[in-house]
Amino acid sequence: MIGLNGIVKYFHRGSVNEVFALDNIDLQIEEGDFVTVIGSNGAGKSTLLNCIAGGFFPDSGKILINSQDVTAWPEYKRAKLISRVFQDPLLGTCPSATIEQNMALASLRGKKRGLARGVKSRDRDRFREELKQLGLGLDKRLLDKVGLLSGGQRQALTMLMATMLRPDVLLLDEHIAALDPKTANQILLLTQEIVKQSKLTTLMITHNMKHAISFGNRLIMLHQGGILLDLKGEEKKNLTVKDLLAQFYKTQGEELALDSLLLN
Amino acid sequence: MTWYAALGAVEQGLVYGIMVIGVYLTFRILDFPDLTVDGSLPLGASISAVAITHGVNPYLSLVIALAGGFLAGMITAILNTKFKILHLLASILTMIALYSINIRIMSGPNVALLGQETVFDAVIGFGVPAHLAGLIIFGIFALIVLSFIIWFLGSEIGQAILAVGDNPQMIRSLGVNTHTIIILGVGLSNGLVALSGALVAQNQGAADVGMGIGTIVAGLASVIIGETLFGCNTIARAFIAALLGSVVYRLAIALALGLEFGGFRFNPSDLNLITAVLVISALIAPNLKKRLMQR
Repeated sequence: MIGLNGIVKYFHRGSVNEVFALDNIDLQIEEGDFVTVIGSNGAGKSTLLNCIAGGFFPDSGKILINSQDVTAWPEYKRAKLISRVFQDPLLGTCPSATIEQNMALASLRGKKRGLARGVKSRDRDRFREELKQLGLGLDKRLLDKVGLLSGGQRQALTMLMATMLRPDVLLLDEHIAALDPKTANQILLLTQEIVKQSKLTTLMITHNMKHAISFGNRLIMLHQGGILLDLKGEEKKNLTVKDLLAQFYKTQGEELALDSLLLN
Repeated sequence: MTWYAALGAVEQGLVYGIMVIGVYLTFRILDFPDLTVDGSLPLGASISAVAITHGVNPYLSLVIALAGGFLAGMITAILNTKFKILHLLASILTMIALYSINIRIMSGPNVALLGQETVFDAVIGFGVPAHLAGLIIFGIFALIVLSFIIWFLGSEIGQAILAVGDNPQMIRSLGVNTHTIIILGVGLSNGLVALSGALVAQNQGAADVGMGIGTIVAGLASVIIGETLFGCNTIARAFIAALLGSVVYRLAIALALGLEFGGFRFNPSDLNLITAVLVISALIAPNLKKRLMQR
């Protein structure tokens, strides 16, 4: 499904600020996998997602999606296969466009755009139906500008927009981190629901170890640009936060004492 | 202000309104401050004038002028998107280059259209008095351009253009090549500006290399006046406001030029200063208002 072969990524290569962001990553993700990704700040989580999405190109290595080599594809071209939800709720929607206009934009993800009307009347009922699933009352506000919505409402709408046209890969970059705990929980449940319903292949970055353990069927821990832990199936099911921290210490020793504070 | 002067101002407002619609597209919709217009307005004028003196149909000359302006805008946008030159600087470079190109096109600093057929002759042929011909032609062209731009921005591509100005990261992750959209948008904008310049040249009977100076400032002034007076909460309303803003701006200028304080009068050469002050005050007014409200 997704294959990362020997992905290496530096930032500011050759300067004093050089950062070795991804260290020869090899990762195979199967169709329908829901992978949670954890790791301390600067571990390379977002860089990994950005490499898959095409936000920037790796310095070396190959990226395969559906056994298609997409390494040289620019971001807009990969949009055919990939949907993304960002941490910042403001990044996923257009504030000065209406809810229906935003949904119309998303319903054409990766497709050719022509001179047909942007919002077609036959789409409206479908949009309303999909918005009803959220239970936020947005189905009665199709003509409201998205800038008027709260962060949580915008993120819920973004989740819907990211999945209304089934993506081959769904990338969630700490998509609940900027929300209050209650809203975050709602969005997380919505995520689980949508992923389950459409059997989406998903990568979700999170800073919350509990979420990382209770969601998905596979867990990856990144550290200093490499994959430190990769747990699947039974191994992941029986995992506890305590185990995870213990694993962390075992591999890394005392130097990670500070990180354990962050992760706790 | 005489009735005749007012008529002239409305006429100017409509023809430059086509330019203002183009400026609105870049400045407000694409968030791309574009100074190319100071060069693409005379570009349109010189292309149209030279084409007409070579026997090309005046309407066809407008199409060629539009295409020329489109190309100029595309160059600015390509410099910005593909070669990462700051949009303002990219547009200044194209504008400067167009100065030389316009003189090349005209084989001199200006071309006269005396005795040549223009788009106005057709209307005058229908028995419309000559002093109303400009108003009618400009009104028709302004309405066509206005309707087209509102229709276009409602299309799938148009919606993508709006999104590029609003949230480029989002629309890129939805599969739109933002570079292509910016090139298309800035091209279209300058095409309209060149069309406006071509109509002005045919109306005043000459194209001149200097006629583009201050175009962007007049355009911005019109945009801001339009937004302030007529609002901009929908796309259709915003573009109608831009066109009306252009008319109000030209009327205000005509009024200012007619004023007299004791022995002091404004000269036409003071126009750029007046416009600049107008734009500056409109730009700082919202900030000033906010600060005063906080106290």
